[in-house]
Amino acid sequence: MRVIVMVKATKESEAGIMPSTELMEAMVKFNEELINAGVMLAGEGLHPSSKGKRIAFDGPSRTVIDGPFAETRELVAGFWIWEVKDMAEAVEWAKRCPNPMPGPSELEIRQVFEAADFGDALTPELAEQEERQRQKLAGH
Amino acid sequence: MAATEIHQTIETVFRIEQARLIAGLVRMVRDVNLAEDLAQDALVAALSEWPKTGVPKNPGAWLMAAAKRRAIDGFRRSKMLARKHAEIGRDLEDEGADPVADIEAAMDDDLGDELLGLIFTACHPVLSPEARAALTLRLIGGLTTDEIARAFLTSEATIAQRIVRAKKTLGKAGLTYEVPRGPEREERLASVLEVIYLIFNEGYAATSGEDLIRPALCAEAQRLGRILAGLAPGEPEVFGLLALMEIQASRLNARIAPDGSPVPLTEQNRARWDQLLIRLGLAALERAEALGGAGGRYTLQAALAACHARAKKAEETDWQRIAALYDKLRAVMPSPVVDLNRAVAHSMAFGPEAGLALLSEIEQAGALRDYALLPAAKGDFLFRAGLLVEAGAEFERAAALTRNERERTFLLGRAAACGR
Repeated sequence: MRVIVMVKATKESEAGIMPSTELMEAMVKFNEELINAGVMLAGEGLHPSSKGKRIAFDGPSRTVIDGPFAETRELVAGFWIWEVKDMAEAVEWAKRCPNPMPGPSELEIRQVFEAADFGDALTPELAEQEERQRQKLAGH
Repeated sequence: MAATEIHQTIETVFRIEQARLIAGLVRMVRDVNLAEDLAQDALVAALSEWPKTGVPKNPGAWLMAAAKRRAIDGFRRSKMLARKHAEIGRDLEDEGADPVADIEAAMDDDLGDELLGLIFTACHPVLSPEARAALTLRLIGGLTTDEIARAFLTSEATIAQRIVRAKKTLGKAGLTYEVPRGPEREERLASVLEVIYLIFNEGYAATSGEDLIRPALCAEAQRLGRILAGLAPGEPEVFGLLALMEIQASRLNARIAPDGSPVPLTEQNRARWDQLLIRLGLAALERAEALGGAGGRYTLQAALAACHARAKKAEETDWQRIAALYDKLRAVMPSPVVDLNRAVAHSMAFGPEAGLALLSEIEQAGALRDYALLPAAKGDFLFRAGLLVEAGAEFERAAALTRNERERTFLLGRAAACGR
Protein backbone atom coordinates (compact mmCIF):
# COMPACT_ATOMS: atom_id res chain seq x y z
CA MET A 1 0.00 0.00 0.00
CA ARG A 2 1.02 3.55 -0.61
CA VAL A 3 1.32 6.21 2.07
CA ILE A 4 2.25 9.86 2.17
CA VAL A 5 4.43 10.85 5.10
CA MET A 6 4.20 14.54 5.89
CA VAL A 7 6.78 16.48 7.84
CA LYS A 8 4.86 19.06 9.84
CA ALA A 9 6.12 22.62 9.81
CA THR A 10 7.68 24.34 12.81
CA LYS A 11 8.55 27.93 13.67
CA GLU A 12 12.05 27.30 12.28
CA SER A 13 10.91 25.78 8.99
CA GLU A 14 8.38 28.59 8.52
CA ALA A 15 11.17 31.11 9.18
CA GLY A 16 13.10 29.56 6.31
CA ILE A 17 15.95 28.30 8.53
CA MET A 18 17.76 25.59 6.58
CA PRO A 19 18.62 22.31 8.33
CA SER A 20 22.15 21.89 9.69
CA THR A 21 24.76 19.95 7.72
CA GLU A 22 24.58 17.28 10.39
CA LEU A 23 20.82 16.88 9.93
CA MET A 24 21.19 16.91 6.15
CA GLU A 25 23.72 14.08 6.39
CA ALA A 26 21.44 12.05 8.66
CA MET A 27 18.53 12.68 6.28
CA VAL A 28 20.53 11.61 3.23
CA LYS A 29 21.46 8.39 5.03
CA PHE A 30 17.85 7.75 6.01
CA ASN A 31 16.67 8.36 2.45
CA GLU A 32 19.30 5.95 1.22
CA GLU A 33 17.98 3.28 3.58
CA LEU A 34 14.45 3.89 2.29
CA ILE A 35 15.59 3.63 -1.31
CA ASN A 36 17.66 0.50 -0.69
CA ALA A 37 14.67 -1.15 0.94
CA GLY A 38 12.56 -0.33 -2.13
CA VAL A 39 10.21 1.75 0.04
CA MET A 40 10.68 5.32 -1.19
CA LEU A 41 8.85 6.42 -4.34
CA ALA A 42 9.24 10.18 -3.97
CA GLY A 43 10.18 12.81 -1.45
CA GLU A 44 10.53 16.59 -1.42
CA GLY A 45 11.08 19.45 0.97
CA LEU A 46 8.87 22.52 0.73
CA HIS A 47 9.59 26.23 0.95
CA PRO A 48 7.94 28.07 3.86
CA SER A 49 4.28 28.99 3.46
CA SER A 50 5.29 32.66 3.00
CA LYS A 51 5.99 31.64 -0.60
CA GLY A 52 2.75 29.68 -0.85
CA LYS A 53 -0.76 30.50 -2.06
CA ARG A 54 -4.19 29.29 -1.06
CA ILE A 55 -7.24 29.22 -3.30
CA ALA A 56 -10.45 29.53 -1.28
CA PHE A 57 -13.65 28.16 -2.85
CA ASP A 58 -17.15 29.34 -2.04
CA GLY A 59 -19.72 28.34 -4.61
CA PRO A 60 -18.56 29.82 -7.90
CA SER A 61 -16.08 32.29 -6.35
CA ARG A 62 -12.35 31.70 -6.06
CA THR A 63 -10.22 33.87 -3.81
CA VAL A 64 -6.44 33.74 -3.85
CA ILE A 65 -4.83 34.14 -0.42
CA ASP A 66 -1.12 34.88 -0.10
CA GLY A 67 1.04 33.15 2.53
CA PRO A 68 2.34 32.98 5.18
CA PHE A 69 -0.42 31.03 6.88
CA ALA A 70 -1.21 30.72 10.57
CA GLU A 71 -1.57 27.35 12.37
CA THR A 72 2.10 26.51 11.82
CA ARG A 73 1.66 23.03 13.29
CA GLU A 74 -0.92 22.16 10.66
CA LEU A 75 1.31 23.18 7.74
CA VAL A 76 3.47 20.78 5.78
CA ALA A 77 7.21 21.37 5.39
CA GLY A 78 8.01 18.30 3.31
CA PHE A 79 6.76 14.87 2.33
CA TRP A 80 7.62 11.38 1.15
CA ILE A 81 5.58 8.85 -0.74
CA TRP A 82 6.32 5.31 0.39
CA GLU A 83 5.24 1.87 -0.77
CA VAL A 84 4.91 -0.39 2.27
CA LYS A 85 3.19 -3.67 3.15
CA ASP A 86 1.04 -2.15 5.86
CA MET A 87 0.67 0.80 8.21
CA ALA A 88 2.79 -0.93 10.86
CA GLU A 89 5.74 -0.99 8.46
CA ALA A 90 5.26 2.69 7.64
CA VAL A 91 5.25 3.50 11.38
CA GLU A 92 8.49 1.57 11.93
CA TRP A 93 10.22 3.35 9.07
CA ALA A 94 8.96 6.72 10.28
CA LYS A 95 10.39 6.02 13.76
CA ARG A 96 13.81 5.56 12.14
CA CYS A 97 13.71 9.04 10.65
CA PRO A 98 16.09 11.52 12.25
CA ASN A 99 14.21 14.34 13.97
CA PRO A 100 13.66 16.55 10.91
CA MET A 101 13.60 19.78 12.94
CA PRO A 102 15.87 21.39 15.55
CA GLY A 103 13.11 21.27 18.18
CA PRO A 104 10.10 19.01 18.76
CA SER A 105 8.44 17.99 15.51
CA GLU A 106 5.94 15.60 14.02
CA LEU A 107 5.49 13.26 11.07
CA GLU A 108 2.01 12.37 9.89
CA ILE A 109 1.34 9.20 7.89
CA ARG A 110 -1.73 8.98 5.68
CA GLN A 111 -2.78 6.12 3.46
CA VAL A 112 -3.26 6.89 -0.23
CA PHE A 113 -6.57 5.75 -1.75
CA GLU A 114 -6.43 2.93 -4.25
CA ALA A 115 -9.19 1.81 -6.63
CA ALA A 116 -10.22 -1.05 -4.33
CA ASP A 117 -10.74 1.39 -1.42
CA PHE A 118 -13.61 3.13 -3.18
CA GLY A 119 -15.75 0.00 -2.82
CA ASP A 120 -19.44 0.84 -3.09
CA ALA A 121 -18.75 4.55 -3.56
CA LEU A 122 -17.85 3.74 -7.14
CA THR A 123 -21.49 3.36 -8.18
CA PRO A 124 -22.45 1.63 -11.43
CA GLU A 125 -23.36 5.10 -12.78
CA LEU A 126 -19.88 6.46 -12.03
CA ALA A 127 -18.31 3.32 -13.43
CA GLU A 128 -20.36 3.77 -16.57
CA GLN A 129 -19.37 7.41 -16.85
CA GLU A 130 -15.78 6.35 -16.60
CA GLU A 131 -16.41 3.78 -19.29
CA ARG A 132 -17.78 6.57 -21.56
CA GLN A 133 -14.70 8.72 -20.83
CA ARG A 134 -12.56 5.78 -21.70
CA GLN A 135 -14.33 5.28 -25.01
CA LYS A 136 -14.12 8.99 -25.77
CA LEU A 137 -10.40 8.89 -25.15
CA ALA A 138 -10.11 5.86 -27.38
CA GLY A 139 -11.80 7.87 -30.13
CA HIS A 140 -15.11 5.98 -30.38
CA MET B 1 2.34 -0.32 25.24
CA ALA B 2 -0.05 -3.27 25.33
CA ALA B 3 1.45 -6.74 24.89
CA THR B 4 -0.15 -7.35 21.50
CA GLU B 5 0.97 -3.94 20.32
CA ILE B 6 4.62 -4.48 21.21
CA HIS B 7 4.48 -7.93 19.61
CA GLN B 8 3.21 -6.41 16.39
CA THR B 9 5.97 -3.81 16.51
CA ILE B 10 8.60 -6.52 17.03
CA GLU B 11 7.25 -8.59 14.18
CA THR B 12 7.24 -5.55 11.86
CA VAL B 13 10.81 -4.63 12.84
CA PHE B 14 11.80 -8.24 12.24
CA ARG B 15 10.16 -8.20 8.81
CA ILE B 16 12.16 -5.12 7.86
CA GLU B 17 15.43 -6.61 9.14
CA GLN B 18 14.90 -10.24 8.17
CA ALA B 19 16.52 -10.31 4.72
CA ARG B 20 19.68 -8.51 5.87
CA LEU B 21 19.82 -10.70 8.96
CA ILE B 22 19.54 -13.95 7.03
CA ALA B 23 22.01 -12.66 4.43
CA GLY B 24 24.63 -11.92 7.10
CA LEU B 25 24.04 -15.27 8.78
CA VAL B 26 24.26 -17.26 5.54
CA ARG B 27 27.60 -15.65 4.83
CA MET B 28 28.72 -16.76 8.30
CA VAL B 29 27.34 -20.31 8.63
CA ARG B 30 27.20 -21.15 4.88
CA ASP B 31 23.83 -22.82 5.26
CA VAL B 32 20.50 -21.21 4.29
CA ASN B 33 18.41 -23.47 6.51
CA LEU B 34 20.54 -22.89 9.60
CA ALA B 35 20.64 -19.16 8.92
CA GLU B 36 16.85 -19.00 8.77
CA ASP B 37 16.56 -20.98 12.01
CA LEU B 38 19.02 -18.66 13.73
CA ALA B 39 17.07 -15.63 12.54
CA GLN B 40 13.91 -17.18 14.01
CA ASP B 41 15.78 -17.76 17.29
CA ALA B 42 16.73 -14.10 17.31
CA LEU B 43 13.06 -13.18 16.82
CA VAL B 44 12.11 -15.37 19.78
CA ALA B 45 14.80 -13.65 21.86
CA ALA B 46 13.48 -10.24 20.82
CA LEU B 47 9.92 -11.24 21.70
CA SER B 48 11.06 -12.10 25.21
CA GLU B 49 13.49 -9.19 25.74
CA TRP B 50 12.02 -6.16 23.99
CA PRO B 51 8.73 -6.03 25.89
CA LYS B 52 10.93 -5.44 28.99
CA THR B 53 13.64 -3.22 27.50
CA GLY B 54 11.82 -1.56 24.62
CA VAL B 55 12.95 -1.82 21.00
CA PRO B 56 16.72 -1.19 20.92
CA LYS B 57 18.11 1.76 19.04
CA ASN B 58 19.60 -0.44 16.36
CA PRO B 59 17.31 -3.46 16.17
CA GLY B 60 19.11 -5.00 13.17
CA ALA B 61 22.43 -5.17 14.96
CA TRP B 62 20.74 -6.45 18.13
CA LEU B 63 19.08 -9.28 16.22
CA MET B 64 22.36 -10.14 14.51
CA ALA B 65 24.22 -10.28 17.83
CA ALA B 66 21.49 -12.51 19.31
CA ALA B 67 21.57 -14.82 16.28
CA LYS B 68 25.36 -15.06 16.40
CA ARG B 69 25.23 -15.96 20.06
CA ARG B 70 22.75 -18.73 19.25
CA ALA B 71 24.99 -19.94 16.46
CA ILE B 72 27.93 -20.31 18.82
CA ASP B 73 25.80 -22.04 21.47
CA GLY B 74 24.59 -24.42 18.82
CA PHE B 75 28.07 -25.19 17.56
CA ARG B 76 29.31 -25.78 21.09
CA ARG B 77 26.43 -28.04 21.95
CA SER B 78 26.61 -30.17 18.87
CA LYS B 79 30.41 -29.97 18.69
CA MET B 80 30.06 -29.26 15.03
CA LEU B 81 32.93 -28.51 12.70
CA ALA B 82 35.70 -27.19 14.88
CA ARG B 83 36.78 -24.88 12.09
CA LYS B 84 33.48 -23.07 11.84
CA HIS B 85 33.33 -22.84 15.62
CA ALA B 86 36.78 -21.29 15.79
CA GLU B 87 35.93 -18.85 13.02
CA ILE B 88 32.78 -17.55 14.63
CA GLY B 89 34.34 -17.60 18.08
CA ARG B 90 37.10 -15.42 16.76
CA ASP B 91 34.57 -13.17 15.08
CA LEU B 92 32.80 -12.60 18.34
CA GLU B 93 36.01 -12.17 20.35
CA ASP B 94 37.22 -9.58 17.88
CA GLU B 95 34.09 -7.60 18.51
CA GLY B 96 35.37 -6.37 21.84
CA ALA B 97 33.26 -4.75 24.51
CA ASP B 98 30.28 -3.61 22.44
CA PRO B 99 29.34 -6.32 19.95
CA VAL B 100 26.16 -4.52 18.86
CA ALA B 101 28.04 -1.36 17.88
CA ASP B 102 30.69 -3.39 16.08
CA ILE B 103 28.09 -5.39 14.21
CA GLU B 104 26.32 -2.16 13.35
CA ALA B 105 29.50 -0.83 11.72
CA ALA B 106 30.24 -4.12 9.97
CA MET B 107 26.67 -4.40 8.68
CA ASP B 108 26.90 -1.03 7.02
CA ASP B 109 30.00 -2.17 5.15
CA ASP B 110 29.03 -5.67 4.08
CA LEU B 111 25.31 -5.43 4.08
CA GLY B 112 24.88 -4.71 0.40
CA ASP B 113 27.21 -7.43 -0.68
CA GLU B 114 25.68 -9.98 1.67
CA LEU B 115 22.13 -9.24 0.61
CA LEU B 116 23.11 -9.38 -3.05
CA GLY B 117 24.82 -12.73 -2.34
CA LEU B 118 21.60 -14.03 -0.77
CA ILE B 119 19.53 -12.92 -3.77
CA PHE B 120 21.91 -14.70 -6.13
CA THR B 121 21.75 -17.80 -3.93
CA ALA B 122 17.94 -17.87 -3.74
CA CYS B 123 17.82 -17.49 -7.54
CA HIS B 124 20.55 -20.05 -8.26
CA PRO B 125 20.10 -21.85 -11.60
CA VAL B 126 20.41 -25.27 -9.89
CA LEU B 127 16.84 -24.60 -8.71
CA SER B 128 13.69 -24.66 -10.85
CA PRO B 129 12.18 -21.23 -11.55
CA GLU B 130 9.22 -22.04 -9.25
CA ALA B 131 11.57 -23.01 -6.41
CA ARG B 132 13.64 -19.86 -6.98
CA ALA B 133 10.51 -17.70 -6.83
CA ALA B 134 9.28 -19.34 -3.62
CA LEU B 135 12.67 -19.11 -1.92
CA THR B 136 13.17 -15.48 -2.98
CA LEU B 137 9.76 -14.46 -1.64
CA ARG B 138 10.48 -16.32 1.58
CA LEU B 139 14.04 -15.12 2.23
CA ILE B 140 14.12 -11.65 0.66
CA GLY B 141 10.45 -10.70 0.62
CA GLY B 142 9.75 -12.13 4.06
CA LEU B 143 6.47 -13.71 2.96
CA THR B 144 5.13 -16.64 4.95
CA THR B 145 4.72 -20.07 3.37
CA ASP B 146 0.96 -19.60 3.54
CA GLU B 147 1.15 -16.25 1.73
CA ILE B 148 3.35 -17.70 -1.01
CA ALA B 149 0.97 -20.65 -1.43
CA ARG B 150 -2.05 -18.36 -1.78
CA ALA B 151 -0.18 -16.14 -4.21
CA PHE B 152 0.67 -19.08 -6.46
CA LEU B 153 -2.76 -20.73 -6.09
CA THR B 154 -1.34 -23.86 -4.55
CA SER B 155 -1.29 -25.58 -1.16
CA GLU B 156 0.87 -24.56 1.76
CA ALA B 157 2.29 -28.11 1.90
CA THR B 158 3.43 -27.86 -1.72
CA ILE B 159 5.26 -24.59 -1.11
CA ALA B 160 6.74 -25.77 2.19
CA GLN B 161 8.08 -28.87 0.46
CA ARG B 162 9.36 -26.81 -2.46
CA ILE B 163 11.31 -24.56 -0.09
CA VAL B 164 12.72 -27.46 1.95
CA ARG B 165 13.87 -29.21 -1.24
CA ALA B 166 15.36 -26.00 -2.60
CA LYS B 167 17.38 -25.49 0.57
CA LYS B 168 18.59 -29.11 0.41
CA THR B 169 19.61 -28.70 -3.22
CA LEU B 170 21.52 -25.53 -2.36
CA GLY B 171 23.21 -27.33 0.56
CA LYS B 172 24.34 -30.19 -1.67
CA ALA B 173 25.53 -27.91 -4.46
CA GLY B 174 28.53 -26.77 -2.42
CA LEU B 175 27.97 -23.09 -3.07
CA THR B 176 30.13 -20.24 -1.86
CA TYR B 177 27.13 -17.97 -1.18
CA GLU B 178 29.17 -15.13 -2.64
CA VAL B 179 28.18 -12.63 -5.31
CA PRO B 180 29.30 -14.26 -8.58
CA ARG B 181 32.02 -12.46 -10.49
CA GLY B 182 33.46 -12.73 -13.97
CA PRO B 183 31.72 -14.58 -16.77
CA GLU B 184 29.44 -16.48 -14.38
CA ARG B 185 27.87 -13.24 -13.23
CA GLU B 186 25.91 -12.54 -16.39
CA GLU B 187 24.25 -15.95 -16.44
CA ARG B 188 23.47 -15.81 -12.73
CA LEU B 189 22.06 -12.29 -13.05
CA ALA B 190 19.79 -13.43 -15.89
CA SER B 191 18.45 -16.08 -13.52
CA VAL B 192 17.71 -13.45 -10.85
CA LEU B 193 15.93 -11.17 -13.32
CA GLU B 194 13.89 -14.09 -14.66
CA VAL B 195 12.64 -14.91 -11.16
CA ILE B 196 11.69 -11.33 -10.32
CA TYR B 197 9.78 -10.98 -13.60
CA LEU B 198 8.09 -14.32 -13.00
CA ILE B 199 6.86 -13.05 -9.63
CA PHE B 200 5.66 -9.82 -11.25
CA ASN B 201 3.79 -11.63 -14.01
CA GLU B 202 2.11 -13.96 -11.55
CA GLY B 203 0.71 -10.85 -9.87
CA TYR B 204 -0.15 -9.22 -13.18
CA ALA B 205 -2.14 -12.30 -14.23
CA ALA B 206 -4.35 -12.04 -11.14
CA THR B 207 -7.94 -11.05 -11.83
CA SER B 208 -10.25 -8.90 -9.74
CA GLY B 209 -11.98 -10.68 -6.88
CA GLU B 210 -9.04 -12.98 -6.30
CA ASP B 211 -7.13 -13.16 -3.02
CA LEU B 212 -5.45 -9.75 -2.65
CA ILE B 213 -2.10 -11.41 -2.05
CA ARG B 214 -1.86 -12.17 -5.76
CA PRO B 215 -1.90 -8.63 -7.15
CA ALA B 216 0.41 -7.74 -4.23
CA LEU B 217 3.04 -9.88 -5.96
CA CYS B 218 3.51 -7.04 -8.46
CA ALA B 219 4.42 -4.65 -5.65
CA GLU B 220 6.67 -7.32 -4.16
CA ALA B 221 8.51 -7.80 -7.47
CA GLN B 222 8.85 -4.03 -7.93
CA ARG B 223 10.29 -3.77 -4.45
CA LEU B 224 12.76 -6.58 -5.23
CA GLY B 225 13.68 -4.78 -8.44
CA ARG B 226 14.29 -1.52 -6.58
CA ILE B 227 16.40 -3.28 -3.93
CA LEU B 228 18.42 -4.98 -6.66
CA ALA B 229 18.93 -1.66 -8.46
CA GLY B 230 20.38 -0.24 -5.23
CA LEU B 231 22.69 -3.25 -4.82
CA ALA B 232 23.85 -3.55 -8.43
CA PRO B 233 23.86 0.04 -9.69
CA GLY B 234 26.06 -0.74 -12.69
CA GLU B 235 23.86 -3.43 -14.29
CA PRO B 236 21.78 -1.99 -17.16
CA GLU B 237 19.36 -4.92 -17.38
CA VAL B 238 18.47 -4.57 -13.69
CA PHE B 239 17.25 -1.06 -14.50
CA GLY B 240 15.66 -2.33 -17.72
CA LEU B 241 13.59 -4.86 -15.79
CA LEU B 242 12.75 -2.32 -13.10
CA ALA B 243 11.60 0.16 -15.76
CA LEU B 244 9.49 -2.51 -17.44
CA MET B 245 7.77 -3.46 -14.17
CA GLU B 246 7.15 0.12 -13.02
CA ILE B 247 5.59 1.11 -16.35
CA GLN B 248 3.48 -2.03 -16.63
CA ALA B 249 2.31 -1.60 -13.03
CA SER B 250 1.32 2.00 -13.79
CA ARG B 251 -1.58 0.56 -15.82
CA LEU B 252 -2.89 -1.90 -13.23
CA ASN B 253 -5.88 0.31 -12.39
CA ALA B 254 -6.84 0.93 -16.00
CA ARG B 255 -6.62 -2.49 -17.54
CA ILE B 256 -9.87 -4.01 -16.21
CA ALA B 257 -13.31 -2.63 -17.15
CA PRO B 258 -16.03 -2.33 -14.47
CA ASP B 259 -17.58 -5.59 -15.76
CA GLY B 260 -14.26 -7.40 -15.24
CA SER B 261 -13.25 -7.66 -18.89
CA PRO B 262 -9.70 -6.72 -19.88
CA VAL B 263 -9.28 -3.34 -21.58
CA PRO B 264 -6.75 -3.26 -24.43
CA LEU B 265 -3.85 -0.88 -24.01
CA THR B 266 -4.94 1.54 -26.71
CA GLU B 267 -8.44 1.84 -25.19
CA GLN B 268 -7.45 2.35 -21.56
CA ASN B 269 -8.38 5.53 -19.73
CA ARG B 270 -4.92 7.07 -19.57
CA ALA B 271 -6.01 9.42 -16.79
CA ARG B 272 -5.96 6.32 -14.58
CA TRP B 273 -2.35 5.46 -15.34
CA ASP B 274 -0.15 5.96 -12.32
CA GLN B 275 2.06 8.90 -13.27
CA LEU B 276 4.38 8.40 -10.30
CA LEU B 277 5.24 4.87 -11.41
CA ILE B 278 5.60 6.03 -15.02
CA ARG B 279 8.08 8.66 -13.88
CA LEU B 280 10.05 6.10 -11.87
CA GLY B 281 9.95 3.73 -14.85
CA LEU B 282 11.15 6.32 -17.33
CA ALA B 283 13.98 7.31 -14.98
CA ALA B 284 15.05 3.66 -14.66
CA LEU B 285 14.89 3.25 -18.43
CA GLU B 286 17.06 6.31 -18.91
CA ARG B 287 19.55 4.83 -16.46
CA ALA B 288 19.58 1.48 -18.28
CA GLU B 289 20.27 3.21 -21.58
CA ALA B 290 22.93 5.48 -20.04
CA LEU B 291 24.69 2.34 -18.79
CA GLY B 292 24.87 1.13 -22.39
CA GLY B 293 22.03 -1.37 -22.10
CA ALA B 294 19.67 -0.09 -24.81
CA GLY B 295 19.87 -3.44 -26.64
CA GLY B 296 19.06 -5.67 -23.64
CA ARG B 297 15.88 -7.76 -23.68
CA TYR B 298 14.33 -6.12 -20.62
CA THR B 299 15.45 -2.63 -21.60
CA LEU B 300 13.95 -3.07 -25.06
CA GLN B 301 10.65 -4.23 -23.57
CA ALA B 302 10.75 -1.27 -21.18
CA ALA B 303 11.39 1.06 -24.11
CA LEU B 304 8.30 -0.41 -25.81
CA ALA B 305 6.21 0.10 -22.68
CA ALA B 306 7.59 3.65 -22.44
CA CYS B 307 6.34 4.47 -25.97
CA HIS B 308 2.79 3.89 -24.74
CA ALA B 309 3.42 5.63 -21.41
CA ARG B 310 4.65 8.76 -23.16
CA ALA B 311 1.63 9.05 -25.48
CA LYS B 312 -1.01 11.30 -23.91
CA LYS B 313 -3.63 9.84 -26.26
CA ALA B 314 -3.64 6.49 -28.05
CA GLU B 315 -3.51 8.32 -31.41
CA GLU B 316 -0.23 9.94 -30.39
CA THR B 317 1.52 6.57 -30.02
CA ASP B 318 4.80 6.49 -31.90
CA TRP B 319 4.15 3.22 -33.78
CA GLN B 320 7.18 3.63 -36.04
CA ARG B 321 9.44 3.63 -33.02
CA ILE B 322 7.57 0.65 -31.58
CA ALA B 323 7.98 -1.23 -34.87
CA ALA B 324 11.72 -0.48 -34.87
CA LEU B 325 12.04 -1.64 -31.25
CA TYR B 326 10.28 -4.92 -32.09
CA ASP B 327 12.74 -5.44 -34.94
CA LYS B 328 15.53 -5.23 -32.35
CA LEU B 329 13.75 -7.28 -29.69
CA ARG B 330 13.22 -10.08 -32.18
CA ALA B 331 17.00 -10.39 -32.55
CA VAL B 332 17.72 -10.78 -28.81
CA MET B 333 14.52 -12.62 -27.88
CA PRO B 334 13.39 -14.70 -30.84
CA SER B 335 9.83 -15.94 -30.29
CA PRO B 336 6.76 -16.23 -32.50
CA VAL B 337 4.77 -14.17 -29.96
CA VAL B 338 7.29 -11.33 -30.33
CA ASP B 339 6.93 -11.74 -34.10
CA LEU B 340 3.15 -11.46 -33.80
CA ASN B 341 3.43 -8.28 -31.76
CA ARG B 342 5.92 -7.00 -34.27
CA ALA B 343 3.42 -7.60 -37.06
CA VAL B 344 0.78 -5.62 -35.14
CA ALA B 345 3.25 -2.75 -34.60
CA HIS B 346 4.19 -2.71 -38.29
CA SER B 347 0.51 -2.70 -39.27
CA MET B 348 -0.04 0.36 -37.08
CA ALA B 349 3.09 2.11 -38.36
CA PHE B 350 3.00 1.22 -42.06
CA GLY B 351 -0.52 -0.01 -42.79
CA PRO B 352 -2.38 -3.35 -42.63
CA GLU B 353 -0.58 -4.74 -45.70
CA ALA B 354 2.78 -4.55 -43.89
CA GLY B 355 1.21 -6.45 -40.98
CA LEU B 356 -0.25 -9.10 -43.28
CA ALA B 357 3.15 -9.65 -44.93
CA LEU B 358 4.80 -10.30 -41.55
CA LEU B 359 1.93 -12.56 -40.46
CA SER B 360 2.35 -14.76 -43.50
CA GLU B 361 6.02 -15.23 -42.52
CA ILE B 362 4.88 -16.56 -39.13
CA GLU B 363 2.28 -18.80 -40.78
CA GLN B 364 4.82 -20.17 -43.23
CA ALA B 365 7.13 -21.05 -40.34
CA GLY B 366 4.22 -23.07 -38.95
CA ALA B 367 4.24 -21.27 -35.62
CA LEU B 368 1.28 -20.28 -33.41
CA ARG B 369 -1.13 -22.61 -35.27
CA ASP B 370 -3.66 -22.84 -32.43
CA TYR B 371 -3.04 -19.39 -31.00
CA ALA B 372 -6.26 -17.33 -31.14
CA LEU B 373 -4.44 -14.00 -31.24
CA LEU B 374 -2.93 -14.80 -34.65
CA PRO B 375 -6.23 -15.00 -36.57
CA ALA B 376 -7.55 -12.17 -34.39
CA ALA B 377 -4.71 -9.93 -35.56
CA LYS B 378 -5.10 -11.13 -39.12
CA GLY B 379 -8.82 -10.37 -38.99
CA ASP B 380 -8.05 -6.88 -37.78
CA PHE B 381 -5.50 -6.23 -40.57
CA LEU B 382 -7.91 -7.56 -43.24
CA PHE B 383 -10.74 -5.48 -41.79
CA ARG B 384 -8.61 -2.35 -41.95
CA ALA B 385 -7.58 -3.28 -45.52
CA GLY B 386 -11.29 -3.37 -46.44
CA LEU B 387 -11.40 -7.15 -47.01
CA LEU B 388 -14.48 -7.72 -44.86
CA VAL B 389 -15.41 -11.26 -45.93
CA GLU B 390 -11.90 -12.58 -45.28
CA ALA B 391 -11.69 -10.60 -42.03
CA GLY B 392 -14.95 -12.11 -40.76
CA ALA B 393 -13.67 -15.63 -41.42
CA GLU B 394 -10.50 -14.94 -39.41
CA PHE B 395 -12.44 -13.50 -36.45
CA GLU B 396 -14.60 -16.63 -36.42
CA ARG B 397 -11.53 -18.81 -36.52
CA ALA B 398 -10.05 -16.86 -33.59
CA ALA B 399 -13.34 -17.16 -31.66
CA ALA B 400 -13.26 -20.94 -32.10
CA LEU B 401 -9.68 -21.12 -30.80
CA THR B 402 -9.95 -18.96 -27.68
CA ARG B 403 -10.69 -20.50 -24.31
CA ASN B 404 -11.68 -17.17 -22.81
CA GLU B 405 -15.44 -16.54 -22.83
CA ARG B 406 -15.23 -12.73 -22.86
CA GLU B 407 -12.70 -12.83 -25.65
CA ARG B 408 -14.96 -15.13 -27.68
CA THR B 409 -17.88 -12.72 -27.31
CA PHE B 410 -15.65 -9.85 -28.40
CA LEU B 411 -14.35 -11.74 -31.46
CA LEU B 412 -17.81 -12.89 -32.55
CA GLY B 413 -18.90 -9.26 -32.26
CA ARG B 414 -16.12 -8.24 -34.61
CA ALA B 415 -17.06 -11.05 -37.01
CA ALA B 416 -20.67 -9.79 -36.99
CA ALA B 417 -19.43 -6.28 -37.81
CA CYS B 418 -17.89 -7.76 -40.97
CA GLY B 419 -21.38 -8.65 -42.14
CA ARG B 420 -21.29 -12.33 -41.23
